[in-house]
Amino acid sequence: MKTVLRSLAVALAVFSLATDATPSTPADTLVMAKRIDDTFTFDPAATWEATGGEVLANLYDRIVARNIDNPVDMVGGVAESWSVSDDGRVITFRIRPNMTFHSGRPVTAEDAAFSLHRMVLLAMTPSQRVSEFGWTPDNVADLVRAVDETTLEIETTTPLATPFVLNVLSSSIGSVVDREAALAHQQDGDLGNAWLTGNSAGSGPFRLARWDANEAIVLDAYPAYWQGAPEIERVILRHIPEPSTQRLLIEAGDIDIARDIGPDQIAVLQGRDDIGIFSFPKGDVYYLGLNQNVEPLASPRVRQALRWLVDYDGMAETFLNGRFDVHQSFWASGFEMSLTDTPFTLDVERARSLLAEAGYPDGFSVALDCVNDSPQMEICQSIQSTMAQAGITVDIVSGTIRQVATRYRSRNHQIVSLYSSPGYMDPHTMFQYFLYNPDNSDESDTRTLAWRNTWDTPELTAMTAAAVRETDPVLREAMYLDMQRSVQQDSAYIIMFQATEQVAIRYGVDGFVSGPSYDTVFYRNVTKR
Amino acid sequence: MDAIEAQAGQRGRSVGFRRLLEPLAAAAVTLFGLLLITFVIGRVIPIDPVMAIVGERASQEVYERVRAELRLDEPILEQFVLYLGDALRGDFGTSVLTGNPVLQDVWRFFPATVELATVAILIGALLGVPAGVIGAVMRGRWPDHLLRFVSLAGYSVPLFWLGLVGLLIFYLRLDWVGGPGRIDLAYQYTIEPRTRLMLLDTLLAGDAAAFASAVSHLVLPAGILGFYSMAYIARMARSLMLEQLSQEYITTARVKGLSEARIIWRHAFPNMMVPILTVIALTYAFLLEGAILVEAVFAWPGIGLYIVNSVLSADMAAVLGATIVIGTCFVGLNMLSDLLYAVVDPRTRPS
Repeated sequence: MKTVLRSLAVALAVFSLATDATPSTPADTLVMAKRIDDTFTFDPAATWEATGGEVLANLYDRIVARNIDNPVDMVGGVAESWSVSDDGRVITFRIRPNMTFHSGRPVTAEDAAFSLHRMVLLAMTPSQRVSEFGWTPDNVADLVRAVDETTLEIETTTPLATPFVLNVLSSSIGSVVDREAALAHQQDGDLGNAWLTGNSAGSGPFRLARWDANEAIVLDAYPAYWQGAPEIERVILRHIPEPSTQRLLIEAGDIDIARDIGPDQIAVLQGRDDIGIFSFPKGDVYYLGLNQNVEPLASPRVRQALRWLVDYDGMAETFLNGRFDVHQSFWASGFEMSLTDTPFTLDVERARSLLAEAGYPDGFSVALDCVNDSPQMEICQSIQSTMAQAGITVDIVSGTIRQVATRYRSRNHQIVSLYSSPGYMDPHTMFQYFLYNPDNSDESDTRTLAWRNTWDTPELTAMTAAAVRETDPVLREAMYLDMQRSVQQDSAYIIMFQATEQVAIRYGVDGFVSGPSYDTVFYRNVTKR
Repeated sequence: MDAIEAQAGQRGRSVGFRRLLEPLAAAAVTLFGLLLITFVIGRVIPIDPVMAIVGERASQEVYERVRAELRLDEPILEQFVLYLGDALRGDFGTSVLTGNPVLQDVWRFFPATVELATVAILIGALLGVPAGVIGAVMRGRWPDHLLRFVSLAGYSVPLFWLGLVGLLIFYLRLDWVGGPGRIDLAYQYTIEPRTRLMLLDTLLAGDAAAFASAVSHLVLPAGILGFYSMAYIARMARSLMLEQLSQEYITTARVKGLSEARIIWRHAFPNMMVPILTVIALTYAFLLEGAILVEAVFAWPGIGLYIVNSVLSADMAAVLGATIVIGTCFVGLNMLSDLLYAVVDPRTRPS
């Protein structure tokens, strides 16, 4: 018996030793729980996914930056100022002096030019963003040039709205990479792509110290950062796939911020005085895509009727409360030039008469592709029940996000319920994606959402192309608002909600910023008391 | 005389050789079949692996290029042959999701699962076998009822729920154990990953506090998986023992007046060793496959989560690579339990 007791005591000592050695997170380290299994590269020329884009915003300075206090505003980044030629085709950037890369080298116009060159030459997904610039691997060396150490000149093949160009350069592809570091690690002419996948060569407030895929991303502060060294010396993003586990960790004080919590966790955490729930409006919009190759959905009256068969407010006030706001345009509110009207509500009677006029007095059957995740399934179920009230039988086809996306991209859906996020902070990102469809045939090279929904849009395509070239800001805004109104009234989309990111932060941790797009999340102002 | 002996010796050698070769050949065929099936399933599931790499918005040009790089425009059979060729040369490809060579990933994630599963199976076997035997011997009395209740609970309570409740009580409320993850943050980057088994690495580093931290993180998930495997092993051990106890030789032994303990442990128990070893080996293999839900709740960077993520993104190189490793473990454990039969059961030894 004595030996049993003794071994019990030893065991307890071991545990208490362990727990004694577990203070809450270190004072100089920000520990954040987040799903990071979407990350597979930190090369600015290749990264397009959420976590990677967010981390890049903290590793690199971009040619043009966002104001950390209000990320919708554009401010100088690596370029402290710029001027535009009269024809709107050439922008001359003046590079900020006294900035240094993590290697200690000064940041020059050559580095900026090199970064844009390699992005175009590597031709990975993000290079899509500069397709309007007319840059190709063959001409980019001529169109993007370092005039001297402090002057960068970029030229587009057609005149473009300057804010559009600047907004694109404020996204991750505008990240300025240390040219010598990248070239020193070049393999088989890859311009440092393989090396930059798991390393950083920037001038941002942090450098990538370690990346263990599906485990953790560790950033160390860069003391010589031009806007002042971050107060936090280290940021750790821990991969915690389960929201419930994130909740337990933040309650125990083993993390400072929980990024992926849902209503169940929030309900518990809200009652605690040592944890705050913060909301950050996002540019993500949730919508239904109506495939126009499906007969009833091609009828304008049916499309009209369906708009009156979604319980926008009912959902937003119940299970989506705090996470989604009703928003009926694909360009989110909070951005410039967004249409914030929400004319549609649930109105079954009106929908019924529209369906009767369209020749479907008894409704019809339709399949709804849905991501089998919360709250997506709940949204689909609500739609299923409200549409049933007008006689429309909705069959929910659920699948993982990738399954749904696969069907969508091959135009095999009837109605799809999905979300979309701006790729950068300019309306063109969403207008191009939702409206542009120059070739509606199955062989088209432009597989935008308009194409996926087999929605032929000759006028909107032309207008989208014109708006991005419109140099008069007043006219440009009018064009974008017109297009949003038209899409709101009748289109292949029913736009329902705009998302809000809810984050749990421990008391004493301040300065975390999550802007409207995925790559405007900033750690450098975080302080811990 | 000499000639006959030599012949016998030769035959002995060839028989031994065949005994070695046959299971190996069987293992090779099994693995090949496993690969083929995994490959075909991977190609017919309605997920486009290209989109996982290039994203929603990639231009058609980028999409087509990556598709060609993944050799997805080749016919399925050709893809499989190409894959096999690479695999035989030791190249299992690169995981789309992590950007690492698959073998490197497996080497990173598998030890975490091995550590968890090994501790769990030790708990399960050391508690489960005696518990099952006791249940059988005391059939119908309270220890038996207790055992049956506990194993039913272990069997039917969802692991996911058990993990969360366990964390809530022992980690959050009582603070007895470390939380999710394999070790406290303070040691995460100070321990050199030599074997990638955290317990061993911390011991090798001679860091007692880090070892204690690793133990405190392991004890709950391993305990839960141990409980789960104990439930199964105990049920099997109980029914195997009951089967033995109903045999005639036991009645004979009782008639001879042997003590009950001697009957159970010297006569009945050795006879249930072979089947119970199989049960334990298969349970262990099951745990190695990754107790995905436990890994998810405890943020345990194991192979189970890795495979699930890979499947959901149609990251076939990763799925196939991990499948080979786990398939090899299954086959290996099977062969090992065959070998153990020979040790515990003289009848299966080659005569």
